[in-house]
Amino acid sequence: MAYVLRVLKWFEYVALILVGLIFVFPFAWMFLTSFKSLGEVFQFPPQLLPEAWLWENMKTAWESGPFLTYFFNSLIVTVGILILQLITGVLAAYAFARYQFKGRDLLFGLTLVALMVPPQITFVPVFLQMSHWGWLNTYLSLIIPYAASAFGIFLLRQAFRQVPEEVIEAARLDQASEWKIIWRIMVPMARPVLVTFGLFSFIYHWNDYFWPLVMTNQEEIRTLPIGIAMLKDASSGGVMWNVVMAGNLILVIPILIIFFVAQRQIIRAFVYSGVK
Amino acid sequence: MARLSDAADTDKGWGLKRLWPVWEQAKQEVQPLWATLRPYLFVSPATLIFILFFIYPILFLIYISFTSWNLISPEKEFVGVANYIELFRSADFRQVMGNTVVYTVLTVSLSLVLALFLALWLNRKGVLHGIIQGAIFSPYIISLVSVSLLWLWMMDPQFGLLNWVLSWFGFPPSPWLTDPNTAVYGLVLVSVWKVIGYNTLVFIAGLQSIPKEIYEAADLDGASFWQKLTRLTLPMLSPTLFFLLVINTINSFQVFDIVQIMTQGGPVNSTNMLVYFIYENAFNFFKIGYASAAGVILLFMIGLLTIFHFMFLAKRVHYQ
Repeated sequence: MAYVLRVLKWFEYVALILVGLIFVFPFAWMFLTSFKSLGEVFQFPPQLLPEAWLWENMKTAWESGPFLTYFFNSLIVTVGILILQLITGVLAAYAFARYQFKGRDLLFGLTLVALMVPPQITFVPVFLQMSHWGWLNTYLSLIIPYAASAFGIFLLRQAFRQVPEEVIEAARLDQASEWKIIWRIMVPMARPVLVTFGLFSFIYHWNDYFWPLVMTNQEEIRTLPIGIAMLKDASSGGVMWNVVMAGNLILVIPILIIFFVAQRQIIRAFVYSGVK
Repeated sequence: MARLSDAADTDKGWGLKRLWPVWEQAKQEVQPLWATLRPYLFVSPATLIFILFFIYPILFLIYISFTSWNLISPEKEFVGVANYIELFRSADFRQVMGNTVVYTVLTVSLSLVLALFLALWLNRKGVLHGIIQGAIFSPYIISLVSVSLLWLWMMDPQFGLLNWVLSWFGFPPSPWLTDPNTAVYGLVLVSVWKVIGYNTLVFIAGLQSIPKEIYEAADLDGASFWQKLTRLTLPMLSPTLFFLLVINTINSFQVFDIVQIMTQGGPVNSTNMLVYFIYENAFNFFKIGYASAAGVILLFMIGLLTIFHFMFLAKRVHYQ
Protein backbone atom coordinates (compact mmCIF):
# COMPACT_ATOMS: atom_id res chain seq x y z
CA MET A 1 0.00 0.00 0.00
CA ALA A 2 2.75 2.41 1.01
CA TYR A 3 4.55 1.46 -2.17
CA VAL A 4 1.52 2.25 -4.34
CA LEU A 5 1.15 5.62 -2.62
CA ARG A 6 4.79 6.44 -3.30
CA VAL A 7 4.43 5.58 -6.97
CA LEU A 8 1.30 7.75 -7.14
CA LYS A 9 3.19 10.61 -5.49
CA TRP A 10 5.94 10.42 -8.13
CA PHE A 11 3.33 10.20 -10.83
CA GLU A 12 1.79 13.41 -9.48
CA TYR A 13 5.18 15.16 -9.49
CA VAL A 14 5.77 14.24 -13.12
CA ALA A 15 2.31 15.52 -14.04
CA LEU A 16 2.96 18.76 -12.12
CA ILE A 17 6.21 19.36 -13.96
CA LEU A 18 4.53 18.69 -17.33
CA VAL A 19 1.86 21.28 -16.50
CA GLY A 20 4.56 23.74 -15.43
CA LEU A 21 6.39 23.18 -18.73
CA ILE A 22 3.32 24.18 -20.74
CA PHE A 23 3.64 27.63 -19.18
CA VAL A 24 7.41 27.98 -18.88
CA PHE A 25 8.70 26.24 -21.98
CA PRO A 26 7.40 28.89 -24.43
CA PHE A 27 9.65 31.41 -22.62
CA ALA A 28 12.57 29.03 -22.96
CA TRP A 29 11.72 28.70 -26.65
CA MET A 30 11.80 32.50 -27.00
CA PHE A 31 15.22 32.51 -25.34
CA LEU A 32 16.62 29.67 -27.45
CA THR A 33 15.27 31.09 -30.72
CA SER A 34 16.88 34.44 -30.02
CA PHE A 35 20.35 32.85 -30.20
CA LYS A 36 19.80 30.81 -33.38
CA SER A 37 20.89 31.62 -36.91
CA LEU A 38 18.27 32.34 -39.56
CA GLY A 39 19.05 28.97 -41.16
CA GLU A 40 18.28 27.17 -37.91
CA VAL A 41 15.05 29.12 -37.49
CA PHE A 42 13.78 28.01 -40.89
CA GLN A 43 14.47 24.36 -40.33
CA PHE A 44 11.85 21.71 -39.68
CA PRO A 45 11.83 19.75 -37.44
CA PRO A 46 13.60 22.36 -35.31
CA GLN A 47 16.68 21.75 -33.17
CA LEU A 48 16.24 22.38 -29.47
CA LEU A 49 19.56 24.17 -28.88
CA PRO A 50 21.27 26.64 -31.21
CA GLU A 51 24.33 25.36 -33.06
CA ALA A 52 26.34 28.37 -31.90
CA TRP A 53 25.01 31.01 -29.47
CA LEU A 54 24.66 34.14 -31.59
CA TRP A 55 24.66 37.35 -29.56
CA GLU A 56 24.46 39.37 -32.78
CA ASN A 57 20.67 38.89 -32.94
CA MET A 58 20.31 41.03 -29.84
CA LYS A 59 22.47 43.71 -31.47
CA THR A 60 20.57 43.50 -34.77
CA ALA A 61 17.28 43.89 -32.93
CA TRP A 62 18.56 46.82 -30.86
CA GLU A 63 19.92 48.60 -33.94
CA SER A 64 16.90 48.08 -36.19
CA GLY A 65 15.11 51.00 -34.53
CA PRO A 66 15.75 53.76 -31.98
CA PHE A 67 15.50 51.30 -29.10
CA LEU A 68 17.36 53.45 -26.61
CA THR A 69 14.69 56.11 -27.18
CA TYR A 70 11.89 53.55 -26.83
CA PHE A 71 13.45 52.29 -23.63
CA PHE A 72 13.73 55.76 -22.07
CA ASN A 73 10.24 56.68 -23.23
CA SER A 74 8.90 53.56 -21.53
CA LEU A 75 10.80 54.42 -18.38
CA ILE A 76 9.68 58.08 -18.32
CA VAL A 77 6.05 57.20 -18.96
CA THR A 78 5.93 54.34 -16.46
CA VAL A 79 7.71 56.19 -13.66
CA GLY A 80 5.88 59.47 -14.38
CA ILE A 81 2.52 57.74 -14.16
CA LEU A 82 3.50 55.95 -10.96
CA ILE A 83 4.64 59.13 -9.16
CA LEU A 84 1.53 61.09 -10.16
CA GLN A 85 -0.77 58.21 -9.23
CA LEU A 86 0.83 57.94 -5.80
CA ILE A 87 0.47 61.67 -5.09
CA THR A 88 -3.11 62.05 -6.33
CA GLY A 89 -4.04 58.67 -4.87
CA VAL A 90 -2.71 59.30 -1.37
CA LEU A 91 -4.45 62.68 -1.13
CA ALA A 92 -7.80 61.48 -2.46
CA ALA A 93 -7.73 58.25 -0.47
CA TYR A 94 -6.97 60.14 2.74
CA ALA A 95 -9.89 62.50 2.16
CA PHE A 96 -12.27 59.65 1.33
CA ALA A 97 -11.13 57.59 4.30
CA ARG A 98 -10.85 60.24 7.01
CA TYR A 99 -12.97 63.31 6.26
CA GLN A 100 -16.71 63.86 6.33
CA PHE A 101 -17.73 66.30 3.62
CA LYS A 102 -20.69 67.13 1.44
CA GLY A 103 -20.71 65.26 -1.85
CA ARG A 104 -18.22 62.66 -0.67
CA ASP A 105 -20.35 59.71 -1.81
CA LEU A 106 -20.95 61.34 -5.18
CA LEU A 107 -17.24 61.94 -5.74
CA PHE A 108 -16.46 58.42 -4.61
CA GLY A 109 -19.08 57.13 -7.03
CA LEU A 110 -17.20 58.97 -9.76
CA THR A 111 -14.08 57.04 -8.80
CA LEU A 112 -16.10 53.83 -9.06
CA VAL A 113 -17.15 54.70 -12.61
CA ALA A 114 -13.52 55.40 -13.54
CA LEU A 115 -12.60 51.98 -12.14
CA MET A 116 -15.14 50.27 -14.38
CA VAL A 117 -14.53 52.09 -17.67
CA PRO A 118 -11.67 50.59 -19.72
CA PRO A 119 -9.51 52.59 -22.15
CA GLN A 120 -11.00 50.48 -24.97
CA ILE A 121 -14.20 52.49 -24.53
CA THR A 122 -12.74 55.97 -24.12
CA PHE A 123 -9.94 55.91 -26.67
CA VAL A 124 -11.77 57.46 -29.63
CA PRO A 125 -13.11 60.55 -27.79
CA VAL A 126 -9.89 60.98 -25.80
CA PHE A 127 -7.89 60.79 -29.04
CA LEU A 128 -10.05 63.58 -30.53
CA GLN A 129 -9.60 65.64 -27.37
CA MET A 130 -5.82 65.14 -27.41
CA SER A 131 -5.72 66.09 -31.08
CA HIS A 132 -7.72 69.25 -30.29
CA TRP A 133 -5.27 70.20 -27.51
CA GLY A 134 -2.24 69.35 -29.66
CA TRP A 135 -1.18 66.70 -27.14
CA LEU A 136 -0.79 63.82 -29.59
CA ASN A 137 2.79 62.52 -29.83
CA THR A 138 3.75 64.07 -26.49
CA TYR A 139 4.40 62.58 -23.06
CA LEU A 140 1.29 64.44 -21.86
CA SER A 141 -1.05 62.21 -23.86
CA LEU A 142 0.66 59.11 -22.46
CA ILE A 143 0.92 60.19 -18.81
CA ILE A 144 -1.85 62.64 -17.87
CA PRO A 145 -4.88 60.39 -18.59
CA TYR A 146 -3.34 57.93 -16.12
CA ALA A 147 -2.30 60.54 -13.53
CA ALA A 148 -4.91 59.19 -11.13
CA SER A 149 -5.74 55.55 -10.54
CA ALA A 150 -9.20 54.62 -9.25
CA PHE A 151 -7.83 51.23 -8.28
CA GLY A 152 -5.03 52.83 -6.27
CA ILE A 153 -7.49 55.11 -4.47
CA PHE A 154 -9.56 52.07 -3.56
CA LEU A 155 -6.62 50.15 -2.13
CA LEU A 156 -5.21 53.14 -0.22
CA ARG A 157 -8.59 54.17 1.16
CA GLN A 158 -8.97 50.71 2.63
CA ALA A 159 -5.48 50.86 4.13
CA PHE A 160 -5.97 54.35 5.59
CA ARG A 161 -9.24 53.31 7.19
CA GLN A 162 -7.44 50.62 9.14
CA VAL A 163 -5.08 53.07 10.86
CA PRO A 164 -6.42 53.44 14.43
CA GLU A 165 -8.08 56.79 15.19
CA GLU A 166 -5.91 57.19 18.33
CA VAL A 167 -2.74 57.43 16.28
CA ILE A 168 -4.12 60.40 14.36
CA GLU A 169 -5.59 62.01 17.49
CA ALA A 170 -2.22 61.77 19.21
CA ALA A 171 -0.51 63.41 16.24
CA ARG A 172 -3.08 66.21 16.18
CA LEU A 173 -2.50 66.85 19.89
CA ASP A 174 1.18 67.22 19.04
CA GLN A 175 0.20 70.02 16.65
CA ALA A 176 1.09 67.97 13.59
CA SER A 177 -0.39 69.44 10.42
CA GLU A 178 -2.70 67.30 8.27
CA TRP A 179 0.01 67.35 5.63
CA LYS A 180 2.47 65.87 8.09
CA ILE A 181 -0.04 63.28 9.28
CA ILE A 182 -0.54 62.09 5.72
CA TRP A 183 3.10 61.81 4.66
CA ARG A 184 4.75 60.97 8.00
CA ILE A 185 2.13 58.68 9.57
CA MET A 186 -0.40 57.36 7.06
CA VAL A 187 1.94 56.70 4.15
CA PRO A 188 4.55 54.76 6.18
CA MET A 189 1.80 52.71 7.80
CA ALA A 190 0.34 51.84 4.40
CA ARG A 191 3.69 50.81 2.93
CA PRO A 192 2.77 47.23 1.98
CA VAL A 193 -0.25 48.51 0.07
CA LEU A 194 1.85 51.17 -1.65
CA VAL A 195 4.36 48.53 -2.76
CA THR A 196 1.56 46.29 -3.98
CA PHE A 197 -0.03 49.07 -5.96
CA GLY A 198 3.31 50.33 -7.27
CA LEU A 199 4.18 46.91 -8.69
CA PHE A 200 0.75 46.63 -10.29
CA SER A 201 0.96 50.06 -11.88
CA PHE A 202 4.53 49.60 -13.10
CA ILE A 203 3.88 46.24 -14.73
CA TYR A 204 0.61 47.37 -16.29
CA HIS A 205 2.06 50.48 -17.92
CA TRP A 206 5.39 48.89 -18.86
CA ASN A 207 3.44 46.28 -20.80
CA ASP A 208 0.82 48.61 -22.22
CA TYR A 209 0.54 48.55 -26.00
CA PHE A 210 -2.92 49.89 -26.74
CA TRP A 211 -2.74 53.43 -25.34
CA PRO A 212 0.64 54.48 -26.83
CA LEU A 213 -0.39 52.91 -30.14
CA VAL A 214 -3.45 55.16 -30.30
CA MET A 215 -1.84 58.35 -29.00
CA THR A 216 1.43 58.32 -30.97
CA ASN A 217 2.60 57.77 -34.53
CA GLN A 218 6.18 59.09 -34.38
CA GLU A 219 9.05 56.92 -33.29
CA GLU A 220 10.69 59.58 -31.03
CA ILE A 221 7.78 59.30 -28.61
CA ARG A 222 6.87 55.61 -28.89
CA THR A 223 7.47 53.05 -26.16
CA LEU A 224 9.15 49.64 -26.07
CA PRO A 225 6.10 47.42 -26.66
CA ILE A 226 5.36 49.26 -29.92
CA GLY A 227 9.01 49.14 -30.98
CA ILE A 228 9.14 45.41 -30.35
CA ALA A 229 5.87 44.75 -32.16
CA MET A 230 7.22 46.65 -35.19
CA LEU A 231 10.27 44.35 -35.35
CA LYS A 232 7.98 41.76 -36.92
CA ASP A 233 7.57 43.91 -40.03
CA ALA A 234 11.10 45.37 -39.97
CA SER A 235 12.55 43.04 -42.61
CA SER A 236 11.18 42.72 -46.09
CA GLY A 237 10.55 39.11 -46.98
CA GLY A 238 9.93 36.66 -44.15
CA VAL A 239 9.90 37.50 -40.46
CA MET A 240 13.35 37.12 -38.87
CA TRP A 241 12.08 35.26 -35.83
CA ASN A 242 15.48 35.04 -34.18
CA VAL A 243 15.77 38.85 -34.19
CA VAL A 244 12.16 39.35 -33.11
CA MET A 245 12.61 36.95 -30.19
CA ALA A 246 15.86 38.68 -29.23
CA GLY A 247 14.00 41.99 -29.12
CA ASN A 248 11.23 40.32 -27.17
CA LEU A 249 13.72 39.44 -24.44
CA ILE A 250 14.34 43.17 -23.84
CA LEU A 251 10.69 43.55 -22.94
CA VAL A 252 10.26 40.33 -20.98
CA ILE A 253 13.44 40.07 -18.90
CA PRO A 254 12.87 43.13 -16.63
CA ILE A 255 9.39 41.87 -15.75
CA LEU A 256 10.59 38.30 -15.13
CA ILE A 257 13.36 39.63 -12.85
CA ILE A 258 10.87 41.70 -10.86
CA PHE A 259 8.58 38.67 -10.69
CA PHE A 260 11.42 36.49 -9.45
CA VAL A 261 12.36 38.98 -6.72
CA ALA A 262 8.88 39.96 -5.56
CA GLN A 263 6.70 37.03 -6.61
CA ARG A 264 4.57 37.06 -3.50
CA GLN A 265 3.82 40.80 -3.62
CA ILE A 266 3.06 40.68 -7.34
CA ILE A 267 0.66 37.79 -6.99
CA ARG A 268 -1.03 39.65 -4.13
CA ALA A 269 -1.15 42.82 -6.22
CA PHE A 270 -2.92 41.16 -9.12
CA VAL A 271 -4.97 38.49 -7.40
CA TYR A 272 -6.14 39.66 -4.00
CA SER A 273 -6.81 43.19 -5.19
CA GLY A 274 -9.43 41.85 -7.54
CA VAL A 275 -11.09 39.65 -4.96
CA LYS A 276 -11.79 42.31 -2.35
CA MET B 1 8.65 77.33 9.80
CA ALA B 2 11.62 77.27 12.13
CA ARG B 3 13.33 79.91 10.02
CA LEU B 4 10.36 82.20 10.09
CA SER B 5 10.12 82.19 13.88
CA ASP B 6 13.90 82.67 14.19
CA ALA B 7 13.55 85.80 12.14
CA ALA B 8 10.64 86.93 14.30
CA ASP B 9 12.87 86.83 17.37
CA THR B 10 15.25 89.42 15.97
CA ASP B 11 14.54 93.09 15.38
CA LYS B 12 16.44 93.19 12.14
CA GLY B 13 15.31 92.72 8.58
CA TRP B 14 11.67 92.47 7.69
CA GLY B 15 10.25 93.49 11.02
CA LEU B 16 8.62 90.12 11.26
CA LYS B 17 8.25 90.48 15.00
CA ARG B 18 5.46 92.98 14.53
CA LEU B 19 3.91 91.11 11.63
CA TRP B 20 3.95 87.72 13.36
CA PRO B 21 0.83 88.19 15.54
CA VAL B 22 -1.09 89.45 12.54
CA TRP B 23 -0.14 86.32 10.61
CA GLU B 24 -1.10 84.10 13.55
CA GLN B 25 -4.48 85.80 13.87
CA ALA B 26 -5.15 85.54 10.16
CA LYS B 27 -4.37 81.84 10.37
CA GLN B 28 -6.84 81.43 13.22
CA GLU B 29 -9.59 83.07 11.20
CA VAL B 30 -8.88 81.16 8.03
CA GLN B 31 -8.63 77.81 9.83
CA PRO B 32 -12.34 76.79 9.70
CA LEU B 33 -12.66 77.77 6.07
CA TRP B 34 -9.51 75.86 5.28
CA ALA B 35 -10.82 72.79 7.15
CA THR B 36 -13.98 72.87 5.03
CA LEU B 37 -12.12 73.27 1.78
CA ARG B 38 -9.34 70.80 2.48
CA PRO B 39 -11.16 67.57 1.57
CA TYR B 40 -12.21 69.02 -1.77
CA LEU B 41 -8.70 70.20 -2.46
CA PHE B 42 -7.34 66.73 -1.71
CA VAL B 43 -9.76 64.89 -4.00
CA SER B 44 -9.71 67.49 -6.77
CA PRO B 45 -6.64 66.33 -8.78
CA ALA B 46 -7.93 62.76 -9.05
CA THR B 47 -11.50 63.92 -9.67
CA LEU B 48 -10.38 66.27 -12.42
CA ILE B 49 -8.54 63.43 -14.17
CA PHE B 50 -11.57 61.15 -13.90
CA ILE B 51 -13.91 63.78 -15.27
CA LEU B 52 -11.61 64.77 -18.14
CA PHE B 53 -10.60 61.27 -19.22
CA PHE B 54 -13.46 59.00 -18.18
CA ILE B 55 -16.77 60.79 -17.62
CA TYR B 56 -16.58 63.45 -20.31
CA PRO B 57 -15.27 61.04 -23.01
CA ILE B 58 -18.21 58.71 -22.37
CA LEU B 59 -20.69 61.53 -22.94
CA PHE B 60 -18.70 62.74 -25.94
CA LEU B 61 -18.65 59.20 -27.37
CA ILE B 62 -22.43 58.93 -27.14
CA TYR B 63 -22.81 62.33 -28.77
CA ILE B 64 -20.47 61.56 -31.69
CA SER B 65 -22.24 58.28 -32.31
CA PHE B 66 -25.25 60.31 -33.46
CA THR B 67 -23.22 62.34 -35.95
CA SER B 68 -21.73 61.61 -39.36
CA TRP B 69 -18.34 62.89 -38.28
CA ASN B 70 -15.31 61.81 -40.27
CA LEU B 71 -11.86 63.25 -39.77
CA ILE B 72 -11.68 64.61 -43.32
CA SER B 73 -14.45 67.22 -43.19
CA PRO B 74 -14.77 69.36 -40.06
CA GLU B 75 -18.57 69.39 -39.93
CA LYS B 76 -20.46 67.19 -37.51
CA GLU B 77 -23.89 66.60 -38.94
CA PHE B 78 -26.49 65.12 -36.63
CA VAL B 79 -27.80 61.93 -38.21
CA GLY B 80 -29.82 60.37 -35.40
CA VAL B 81 -29.51 56.61 -35.15
CA ALA B 82 -28.27 56.22 -38.73
CA ASN B 83 -24.88 54.89 -37.59
CA TYR B 84 -26.56 52.23 -35.48
CA ILE B 85 -28.82 51.18 -38.34
CA GLU B 86 -25.82 50.96 -40.65
CA LEU B 87 -24.01 48.84 -38.06
CA PHE B 88 -26.79 46.31 -37.67
CA ARG B 89 -27.30 46.10 -41.42
CA SER B 90 -23.61 45.49 -42.05
CA ALA B 91 -22.70 41.84 -42.55
CA ASP B 92 -19.15 42.67 -41.46
CA PHE B 93 -20.30 44.00 -38.11
CA ARG B 94 -22.56 41.01 -37.53
CA GLN B 95 -19.56 38.79 -38.19
CA VAL B 96 -17.43 40.88 -35.82
CA MET B 97 -20.01 40.51 -33.05
CA GLY B 98 -20.26 36.79 -33.76
CA ASN B 99 -16.47 36.41 -33.59
CA THR B 100 -16.32 38.38 -30.34
CA VAL B 101 -19.02 36.23 -28.74
CA VAL B 102 -17.46 32.93 -29.90
CA TYR B 103 -14.03 34.06 -28.70
CA THR B 104 -15.42 35.25 -25.34
CA VAL B 105 -17.52 32.18 -24.62
CA LEU B 106 -14.69 29.79 -25.48
CA THR B 107 -11.96 31.73 -23.67
CA VAL B 108 -13.99 32.27 -20.50
CA SER B 109 -15.41 28.77 -20.23
CA LEU B 110 -12.17 26.96 -21.04
CA SER B 111 -9.99 29.08 -18.79
CA LEU B 112 -12.44 28.84 -15.87
CA VAL B 113 -12.93 25.06 -16.07
CA LEU B 114 -9.22 24.35 -16.42
CA ALA B 115 -8.33 26.88 -13.71
CA LEU B 116 -10.83 25.32 -11.30
CA PHE B 117 -9.31 21.90 -11.91
CA LEU B 118 -5.77 23.27 -11.44
CA ALA B 119 -6.76 25.15 -8.28
CA LEU B 120 -8.23 22.02 -6.65
CA TRP B 121 -5.04 20.19 -7.56
CA LEU B 122 -2.47 22.84 -6.65
CA ASN B 123 -4.05 24.10 -3.42
CA ARG B 124 -1.43 22.42 -1.25
CA LYS B 125 1.49 23.56 0.86
CA GLY B 126 4.26 21.66 -1.00
CA VAL B 127 7.30 23.47 -2.43
CA LEU B 128 6.76 22.04 -5.91
CA HIS B 129 3.10 23.04 -5.80
CA GLY B 130 4.16 26.60 -5.00
CA ILE B 131 6.68 26.71 -7.83
CA ILE B 132 4.11 25.42 -10.31
CA GLN B 133 1.62 28.07 -9.13
CA GLY B 134 4.22 30.72 -9.91
CA ALA B 135 4.99 29.16 -13.30
CA ILE B 136 1.34 29.08 -14.33
CA PHE B 137 0.91 32.70 -13.24
CA SER B 138 3.98 34.07 -15.05
CA PRO B 139 2.37 34.56 -18.52
CA TYR B 140 -0.22 36.82 -16.89
CA ILE B 141 2.28 39.60 -16.11
CA ILE B 142 4.06 39.45 -19.47
CA SER B 143 3.15 42.05 -22.11
CA LEU B 144 0.56 40.91 -24.64
CA VAL B 145 3.03 42.10 -27.28
CA SER B 146 5.57 39.49 -26.19
CA VAL B 147 2.95 36.80 -25.79
CA SER B 148 1.49 37.52 -29.24
CA LEU B 149 4.87 37.50 -31.00
CA LEU B 150 5.98 34.34 -29.20
CA TRP B 151 2.81 32.43 -30.09
CA LEU B 152 2.79 33.75 -33.64
CA TRP B 153 6.23 32.17 -34.00
CA MET B 154 5.21 28.93 -32.30
CA MET B 155 2.10 28.75 -34.52
CA ASP B 156 4.08 29.26 -37.71
CA PRO B 157 2.49 26.73 -40.09
CA GLN B 158 5.82 25.73 -41.66
CA PHE B 159 8.49 25.97 -38.97
CA GLY B 160 6.53 26.41 -35.74
CA LEU B 161 7.09 24.53 -32.52
CA LEU B 162 3.42 23.57 -32.17
CA ASN B 163 3.29 21.65 -35.43
CA TRP B 164 6.43 19.82 -34.36
CA VAL B 165 4.74 18.86 -31.08
CA LEU B 166 1.66 17.72 -33.03
CA SER B 167 3.87 15.52 -35.18
CA TRP B 168 5.16 13.64 -32.09
CA PHE B 169 1.63 12.38 -31.54
CA GLY B 170 1.12 11.60 -35.21
CA PHE B 171 -1.17 14.57 -35.91
CA PRO B 172 -0.99 16.38 -39.27
CA PRO B 173 0.32 19.97 -39.16
CA SER B 174 -2.32 22.63 -38.45
CA PRO B 175 -2.59 25.89 -40.42
CA TRP B 176 -3.32 27.68 -37.10
CA LEU B 177 -3.91 31.38 -37.75
CA THR B 178 -3.65 31.20 -41.54
CA ASP B 179 -6.95 29.37 -42.03
CA PRO B 180 -10.25 31.25 -41.45
CA ASN B 181 -11.76 28.10 -39.94
CA THR B 182 -9.14 27.69 -37.21
CA ALA B 183 -7.76 31.21 -36.64
CA VAL B 184 -10.16 32.21 -33.88
CA TYR B 185 -9.35 29.01 -31.96
CA GLY B 186 -5.69 29.94 -32.17
CA LEU B 187 -6.45 33.26 -30.46
CA VAL B 188 -8.53 31.46 -27.82
CA LEU B 189 -5.60 29.16 -27.09
CA VAL B 190 -3.24 32.11 -26.57
CA SER B 191 -5.69 33.93 -24.31
CA VAL B 192 -6.44 30.86 -22.21
CA TRP B 193 -2.71 30.26 -21.76
CA LYS B 194 -2.21 33.85 -20.62
CA VAL B 195 -5.11 34.22 -18.22
CA ILE B 196 -5.37 30.76 -16.68
CA GLY B 197 -2.79 31.45 -13.97
CA TYR B 198 -4.71 34.47 -12.74
CA ASN B 199 -7.94 32.48 -12.56
CA THR B 200 -6.21 29.58 -10.82
CA LEU B 201 -4.72 31.77 -8.11
CA VAL B 202 -8.02 33.59 -7.51
CA PHE B 203 -9.71 30.20 -7.14
CA ILE B 204 -6.99 29.12 -4.70
CA ALA B 205 -7.57 32.30 -2.67
CA GLY B 206 -11.27 31.43 -2.65
CA LEU B 207 -10.57 27.84 -1.55
CA GLN B 208 -8.38 29.04 1.29
CA SER B 209 -11.11 31.31 2.62
CA ILE B 210 -13.43 28.33 3.20
CA PRO B 211 -13.35 27.52 6.95
CA LYS B 212 -11.56 24.25 7.75
CA GLU B 213 -14.15 23.29 10.41
CA ILE B 214 -16.78 22.64 7.74
CA TYR B 215 -14.60 19.92 6.24
CA GLU B 216 -13.91 18.44 9.67
CA ALA B 217 -17.64 18.25 10.32
CA ALA B 218 -18.19 16.63 6.92
CA ASP B 219 -15.45 14.08 7.67
CA LEU B 220 -17.15 13.20 10.96
CA ASP B 221 -20.36 12.55 9.05
CA GLY B 222 -18.44 10.24 6.72
CA ALA B 223 -18.84 12.36 3.56
CA SER B 224 -17.03 11.04 0.48
CA PHE B 225 -14.52 13.08 -1.55
CA TRP B 226 -17.10 13.61 -4.27
CA GLN B 227 -19.79 14.72 -1.81
CA LYS B 228 -17.43 17.20 -0.21
CA LEU B 229 -16.55 18.61 -3.63
CA THR B 230 -20.08 19.01 -4.98
CA ARG B 231 -21.95 19.87 -1.77
CA LEU B 232 -19.31 21.93 0.04
CA THR B 233 -16.44 23.23 -2.05
CA LEU B 234 -18.29 24.26 -5.20
CA PRO B 235 -21.18 26.05 -3.45
CA MET B 236 -18.74 27.84 -1.14
CA LEU B 237 -16.68 28.82 -4.19
CA SER B 238 -19.63 30.21 -6.16
CA PRO B 239 -18.97 33.90 -5.29
CA THR B 240 -15.40 33.52 -6.58
CA LEU B 241 -16.67 31.75 -9.68
CA PHE B 242 -19.17 34.53 -10.33
CA PHE B 243 -16.54 37.23 -9.85
CA LEU B 244 -14.19 35.52 -12.32
CA LEU B 245 -17.01 34.95 -14.79
CA VAL B 246 -17.84 38.67 -14.89
CA ILE B 247 -14.21 39.91 -14.94
CA ASN B 248 -13.15 37.42 -17.63
CA THR B 249 -16.16 38.20 -19.81
CA ILE B 250 -15.54 41.95 -19.58
CA ASN B 251 -11.85 41.50 -20.40
CA SER B 252 -12.49 39.14 -23.31
CA PHE B 253 -14.94 41.57 -24.86
CA GLN B 254 -12.14 44.15 -25.00
CA VAL B 255 -9.63 41.93 -26.80
CA PHE B 256 -7.42 44.02 -29.09
CA ASP B 257 -3.65 43.51 -28.78
CA ILE B 258 -3.50 39.88 -29.88
CA VAL B 259 -5.81 40.60 -32.82
CA GLN B 260 -3.77 43.60 -33.93
CA ILE B 261 -0.42 41.82 -33.68
CA MET B 262 -1.27 38.25 -34.64
CA THR B 263 -3.98 38.42 -37.34
CA GLN B 264 -5.09 42.03 -38.08
CA GLY B 265 -8.60 40.60 -38.04
CA GLY B 266 -7.91 38.15 -40.84
CA PRO B 267 -7.89 35.88 -42.67
CA VAL B 268 -11.07 37.16 -44.37
CA ASN B 269 -12.38 38.91 -41.26
CA SER B 270 -12.50 35.65 -39.30
CA THR B 271 -10.77 37.11 -36.22
CA ASN B 272 -11.98 40.68 -36.45
CA MET B 273 -13.41 41.63 -33.06
CA LEU B 274 -15.25 44.57 -31.57
CA VAL B 275 -12.42 46.83 -30.34
CA TYR B 276 -10.31 46.12 -33.42
CA PHE B 277 -13.34 46.97 -35.56
CA ILE B 278 -13.72 50.31 -33.70
CA TYR B 279 -9.99 51.03 -34.05
CA GLU B 280 -9.95 50.27 -37.79
CA ASN B 281 -13.04 52.32 -38.56
CA ALA B 282 -11.81 55.29 -36.53
CA PHE B 283 -8.14 55.42 -37.56
CA ASN B 284 -7.92 53.62 -40.91
CA PHE B 285 -11.27 54.59 -42.47
CA PHE B 286 -11.80 57.82 -40.44
CA LYS B 287 -15.45 56.93 -39.82
CA ILE B 288 -15.51 58.46 -36.36
CA GLY B 289 -19.29 58.55 -35.94
CA TYR B 290 -19.70 54.97 -37.09
CA ALA B 291 -16.83 53.74 -34.88
CA SER B 292 -18.31 55.60 -31.92
CA ALA B 293 -21.66 53.87 -32.38
CA ALA B 294 -19.81 50.54 -32.10
CA GLY B 295 -18.06 51.98 -29.03
CA VAL B 296 -21.42 52.75 -27.43
CA ILE B 297 -22.45 49.14 -27.99
CA LEU B 298 -19.30 48.00 -26.15
CA LEU B 299 -20.05 50.52 -23.38
CA PHE B 300 -23.59 49.20 -23.11
CA MET B 301 -22.48 45.58 -22.78
CA ILE B 302 -19.76 46.29 -20.25
CA GLY B 303 -22.14 48.53 -18.29
CA LEU B 304 -24.74 45.76 -18.18
CA LEU B 305 -22.22 43.22 -16.89
CA THR B 306 -20.94 45.68 -14.28
CA ILE B 307 -24.44 46.45 -12.97
CA PHE B 308 -25.16 42.73 -12.85
CA HIS B 309 -21.97 42.28 -10.83
CA PHE B 310 -22.85 45.03 -8.35
CA MET B 311 -26.35 43.69 -7.85
CA PHE B 312 -24.84 40.36 -6.98
CA LEU B 313 -22.31 41.93 -4.60
CA ALA B 314 -25.05 43.92 -2.84
CA LYS B 315 -27.06 40.74 -2.38
CA ARG B 316 -24.06 38.91 -0.99
CA VAL B 317 -23.34 41.64 1.55
CA HIS B 318 -27.01 41.51 2.53
CA TYR B 319 -26.83 37.80 3.33
CA GLN B 320 -23.73 37.95 5.48
